[in-house]
Amino acid sequence: MSVVSQPAQAPGLAFRLSSIPGAGVLLVLMLVLFTIANPRFVSQTNLVNVGLQTSLLLMIALPMTLIILTEGLDLSAGALLGLSGVIVAEALLAGWGIFTSCAIAIVISIAFGVLNGFLIAYLTLPAFVVTLGTMGLMQGIALVMTNGDPVGGFTPAIETFYRSQLGFIPTPIIVAIILYLALWVLLYRTRIGNYVVAVGGNKDALRLAGIRADLVHLAVYVFGSAIVGLSAVLLIGRTNSAHPTVGIGMEFEAIAAVVLGGTSFEKGQGWLFGAVLGALAITVLRNGLNILSIDSSLQVVCIGILLILALLIDQRRKQFLRQAA
Amino acid sequence: MTISVASSTQPAHLSAETTALLGRLILILLIAGALTVVDPGFASVSNLLNMLRQASLLFLIASGLTLVIIGGGLDLSVGANLTLSACLAAAAIKTTGNPWYGVVVAIVTGTLIGSVNGLMINRLQLPPFLATFGMLWVAQGVAYWFMAGQTIYGMPTSFRYFGTGFLLGVPLPIWIMLAVCLACSILLHRTTFGREAYFMGANQSAAFLSGVPVERRRLLLYMLSGLTSGIAALVYLARLNAAEPGIGEPLLLPAIAAVLVGGTSLFGGSGNIVGTVLGAVLLTIIVNGLNLLNVAATWHPFVNGAVVLIAILADLVISQRRSGST
Repeated sequence: MSVVSQPAQAPGLAFRLSSIPGAGVLLVLMLVLFTIANPRFVSQTNLVNVGLQTSLLLMIALPMTLIILTEGLDLSAGALLGLSGVIVAEALLAGWGIFTSCAIAIVISIAFGVLNGFLIAYLTLPAFVVTLGTMGLMQGIALVMTNGDPVGGFTPAIETFYRSQLGFIPTPIIVAIILYLALWVLLYRTRIGNYVVAVGGNKDALRLAGIRADLVHLAVYVFGSAIVGLSAVLLIGRTNSAHPTVGIGMEFEAIAAVVLGGTSFEKGQGWLFGAVLGALAITVLRNGLNILSIDSSLQVVCIGILLILALLIDQRRKQFLRQAA
Repeated sequence: MTISVASSTQPAHLSAETTALLGRLILILLIAGALTVVDPGFASVSNLLNMLRQASLLFLIASGLTLVIIGGGLDLSVGANLTLSACLAAAAIKTTGNPWYGVVVAIVTGTLIGSVNGLMINRLQLPPFLATFGMLWVAQGVAYWFMAGQTIYGMPTSFRYFGTGFLLGVPLPIWIMLAVCLACSILLHRTTFGREAYFMGANQSAAFLSGVPVERRRLLLYMLSGLTSGIAALVYLARLNAAEPGIGEPLLLPAIAAVLVGGTSLFGGSGNIVGTVLGAVLLTIIVNGLNLLNVAATWHPFVNGAVVLIAILADLVISQRRSGST
């Protein structure tokens, strides 16, 4: 089923074209439709704005792809985003430097990643329940630390970083691109990437091949949490304040993005770039509906329908590919 | 994975389930005892009944979810279903002045959403997690759009009886909880349908090959989950006396937690409805205790999370000790 001994290869071009996920198809459709409906949609300001929103979503969706590839799930990612932001903010207020504050937040994020990973990988508890529990822990700690209120009034350096640009491209987009490239190399060009895919495909086989599968499994959660912890810095830069509940629901959006991009919950089948397509599909839809001044509650309905539509396209595509083979 | 077909009928498994239930009961009694020592007011009849009433609201959403999960599925739309059903029912009651229209609207809406979930999973072969997740957004969004920022409040007294009334000195929601629990119990343990639900959850392809009409059964399970969400919507509406699009959102995770703390496996094929009652009571008693101890509400998510983790760890310890002894 899974390839353990042979290095996993980056999908070839022909394969990629024949397997454009539902999100890709919908993305193209939406781009055309929204441009016709309102040419303002393709203005540089708006596209940069879309990119900015996508990059924040990707900071959760990209590590989530790795976790879903291992047949796992991380419902606590959104709560961790909130908690990590609160820790950075509180540390800054307490007079620590920016780097120390971020380091503290990342160490705590990693600790939670270890907790998730240990319970899921070593004790083989279901990821859904474990991360549901740790989500409560993180959310609770963030609320208790801030008494439920936003924390603000710390050094403006973080906001400056968020607002800075390289050329006309905002820094958060560049951070997301670097993260994507790093994960791409990790997943498709290193042995660890093969192991990650194999944990989802067949963990027992990996273990029999003499590889410490549990450790790889754990590492995926630790790594994911570290990135989420780091991206909290970007998020608090947006408003120059930390909200304990800011990330709630973002984990679902990230999961939706990953799945829209064609990564399956079963047998470690997936594609890193799919998360980019999925995240873009969600933000483009939201942005486009905004421009058409559609009611924000109906936008939520549209995202739900988009998710189901993309899944349907994928279903038909896979059937087609199976019949063709 | 394993071929533990219809494992619920094996005596060894039954005793395991009983052990787990007893463990929960003892835990509840221990916490209740501790809280009574701290504050004798805790054990007063009115406080206990009040707590059970809160637990019954949580249980009603979790009951249908339990059935679906036993059958190997998942329904993330229960909270959003409750929201939409309650909003539509409130509007129906407000416009017609007749509570029965509200009852019909809530039950029809709930069941309809459940059927669409079932049909999506059957016909389109979507994974339950994602199909019901999509439905969550659709139902939630429709509710927000329908209400357009308004809150509908002030239900007729006759309708409020569902949530606030007493029968033989016991709040009506508790009777509804007992009735639903009994109905689910009979369904699960005394009918072919229930046996087939466990079978499907344990091994779907084996169930299919043995002639279980898997798709029809699954559709029915999701319809039941929608139905209980509709019933829960009525009780919530009667209790809160108001409907707004935010009511169901915070209920999804506690409902899932109640099912899991009750010992139902998320992988399907095992579990029972009494466990869900105990799970709902356990989660409620903890919140009640925290309030009693004047612990700030900000601690509630933390404690709920810890309870979920402790429950699954306890199950792990119990199951490992048992497999070690045999």
